[in-house]
Amino acid sequence: MTLLAARGLTKSYGAVTVLDRVDFDVHAGEVHALMGENGAGKSTLIKILGGAVFPDAGTVTLDGRALPAGDPLAVRRAGVNTVHQEFTLVPDMSVADNVMLGRERGLFLRGAETRREVRALIARLGVQVDPSAPVRGLSVAHQQLIEIARALAGDARVLILDEPSATLPAADVERLFAVLRRLRSEGIGIVYISHRIEEVFSLADRVTVLRDGRHVVTVEAGGLDRAQLIRWMVGRDVSEEFPARQSAAGSVVLDVRHLRAPPRFADVSFDLRAGEIVGVAGLVGAGRTSMALAVAGALPADGTLILAGSPVRFRAPEDAIARGVAYVTEDRKARGIIPLLGAGANMTLTALSAFAPHGLLLRRREAAAVQAAARRFDVRAAGLDQPAGTLSGGNQQKLLLARATMKRPAVLLLDEPTRGVDVGARAEIYALMNALTREGLAILMISSDLPEILGMSDRIVVMREGRTRGELPRAEATPERVMALATAA
Amino acid sequence: MTRRRWISDYAIFIALAIECAILATATDTFLGAGNLMNVLRQNAFTAILAAGMTFVILTAGIDLSVGSVVGLSGMLCADAMARGHGVAAGVAVGLLAGIAIGAINGLIVTRVRIPAFVVTLAMMMVARGAALKYTDARTISGLPPSFGALSGNPASLTIVAAVFALSWLALMRTPFGRHVYAVGGNQDAAWLSGVRVSRVHMAVYVLCGATAGLAGVLVASRLHVGYPRAGEFSELDAIAAVVVGGTSLFGGRGSIWGTLAGVFFIGILNNGLNLFNVSPYDQMVVKGGVLLVAASLDRWRSS
Repeated sequence: MTLLAARGLTKSYGAVTVLDRVDFDVHAGEVHALMGENGAGKSTLIKILGGAVFPDAGTVTLDGRALPAGDPLAVRRAGVNTVHQEFTLVPDMSVADNVMLGRERGLFLRGAETRREVRALIARLGVQVDPSAPVRGLSVAHQQLIEIARALAGDARVLILDEPSATLPAADVERLFAVLRRLRSEGIGIVYISHRIEEVFSLADRVTVLRDGRHVVTVEAGGLDRAQLIRWMVGRDVSEEFPARQSAAGSVVLDVRHLRAPPRFADVSFDLRAGEIVGVAGLVGAGRTSMALAVAGALPADGTLILAGSPVRFRAPEDAIARGVAYVTEDRKARGIIPLLGAGANMTLTALSAFAPHGLLLRRREAAAVQAAARRFDVRAAGLDQPAGTLSGGNQQKLLLARATMKRPAVLLLDEPTRGVDVGARAEIYALMNALTREGLAILMISSDLPEILGMSDRIVVMREGRTRGELPRAEATPERVMALATAA
Repeated sequence: MTRRRWISDYAIFIALAIECAILATATDTFLGAGNLMNVLRQNAFTAILAAGMTFVILTAGIDLSVGSVVGLSGMLCADAMARGHGVAAGVAVGLLAGIAIGAINGLIVTRVRIPAFVVTLAMMMVARGAALKYTDARTISGLPPSFGALSGNPASLTIVAAVFALSWLALMRTPFGRHVYAVGGNQDAAWLSGVRVSRVHMAVYVLCGATAGLAGVLVASRLHVGYPRAGEFSELDAIAAVVVGGTSLFGGRGSIWGTLAGVFFIGILNNGLNLFNVSPYDQMVVKGGVLLVAASLDRWRSS
């Protein structure tokens, strides 16, 4: 039974048509995966479905009745709810207040009643969270589920999820899937956007592929050929495999011993050799990002860091950078790019003093370095003055890699280097990581994407509950063994 | 989208040109050398304040204390000279007073981490109170005649030109300037990239204090007395000029030339309204409207 039907949706921004006469259906009780590279028009499509964007042409109907275009509140009331990639929770408000935000009834708030209602909702999702706890302290995975609870709080008929798994490690993704399957059996129509092809096979009933703003195909997910799906998405053959890696590990450049910063992480030890990629696996909340921030000087920690044989103590990121330890954040938008600054200025931010030997910037020298980096890292911008905030996710990520390596560091800490990055840019980033390690750079790669951990790491360090729990050489690493270390009780 | 950006980037210059063209055709007096010099001299003071304010606002900060700093630094400058210490010493005292207050603002903002709005609002009261208390609200007279030359015509214009040239150089041609934009654009990202964020904040408040001190000295020179109420509400004129000049109060976007154009757009608006005999009360209403239009343009650009 068709629940939500979009016909002929078209949207242009200036000269760029981001959506071109797209049709899209959601049936009751199905998970409909929406696939496509970054820039394929997925976001615009769901924004139109959710009422956040007014289409230039086309209609959206729910049960045959037209939904008001460009009116997110009315669309939500009608039962079409979107969970965006960027969380919309108010950090200092409680879980219950967040879930009910915008749905409060009557003149006065009814705390106890709200909490009861929210507790029931949360239980339905299989999460254990105190409804009166502030959202600020929750893990990303929990915040995600709170977002979904919020979407369900009304009488939701259609649930639209924009890359819900992007920030989740495998175990939490499974729990999310369990929740979604339950909702599906309740007859809710689910639109699911993801970059992870595996998820489509394990979750979706149907798949729609968009490319360059056009509808390519809508097919049943069962029996779908993986290679074919990728061809539809990118319009060409892309080897999805990870590039061949020849590890040539040199001497130890970074030795981390009993690093601790409670309550974020308790005891982390590992070493990192020149020319090596060490993957850090673990669940969200295992303390991996905090550990990387501590190594990068961005989080005070106790313990010992030995860099190229001598103990170091970093009090701020600038100290770490000065000693050749660079960090690329997992959170491009909030902690990575300077959105209003040009792509070029973003790249040279850490290395500016090198371009100003006498106080004034030597702009030609800076421009030459920027051009070289843009070429090497394949940062595609209309010009290097183009504000970084207007670049695609993949280009922003490559830009951050260019920034981090501008000063030729010895150690590069990459936190989720391909999160929210499309298939093509992802392959480029892997190739760049390989090229950088061939030059002797040591890379520590935190990733919640298990295939990525297995495909790119020479060695895998597994963290659980704030401690390093084991180490696996590439040859011995299997998904099962990594997950066993990451989740064992 | 790009066109929007272009329009809003150059809006203030286009507006300024149109404004001058209208006044030049509608009046005989606007283009007269006497009137133009008058416009320049009258706005020199706001221009200097607005230059320093531009740095602060680019970091997404604000400095409400500059008007009071004008009063206090003018008083201290006049007092030094009235006690016979000479013009150079007086100017130095005025400048140092501004720098010192800027440094205190910067320290509180970076160490205690109170929002700049509150810190500088408090400093606005403290500095004004100190200026008034200093002589029990009396003016300080008996300044050396040569002191008046500072606010005369070649001197004050040279000072304004120098302030803006140096500001441009600092913002566009030094690592520090790039850091100002970066901190205003995304403080967290700048910090993770190794920018010494606290130092940048510290530096912009010191710079802003310095320009306020300088403006205080110039006002004392022009009035030829130390007047404790000098500069009242001038912080608002400076902020208005920066915003009209296209600098975003959210930080990270704006230019020093935009500020200069903003100062003169408002200054010439006043001048024109005077030439047309519009009452001062109506002038305030018009200025407020202009400010709203400028701020709306900033929203429109990013929508």
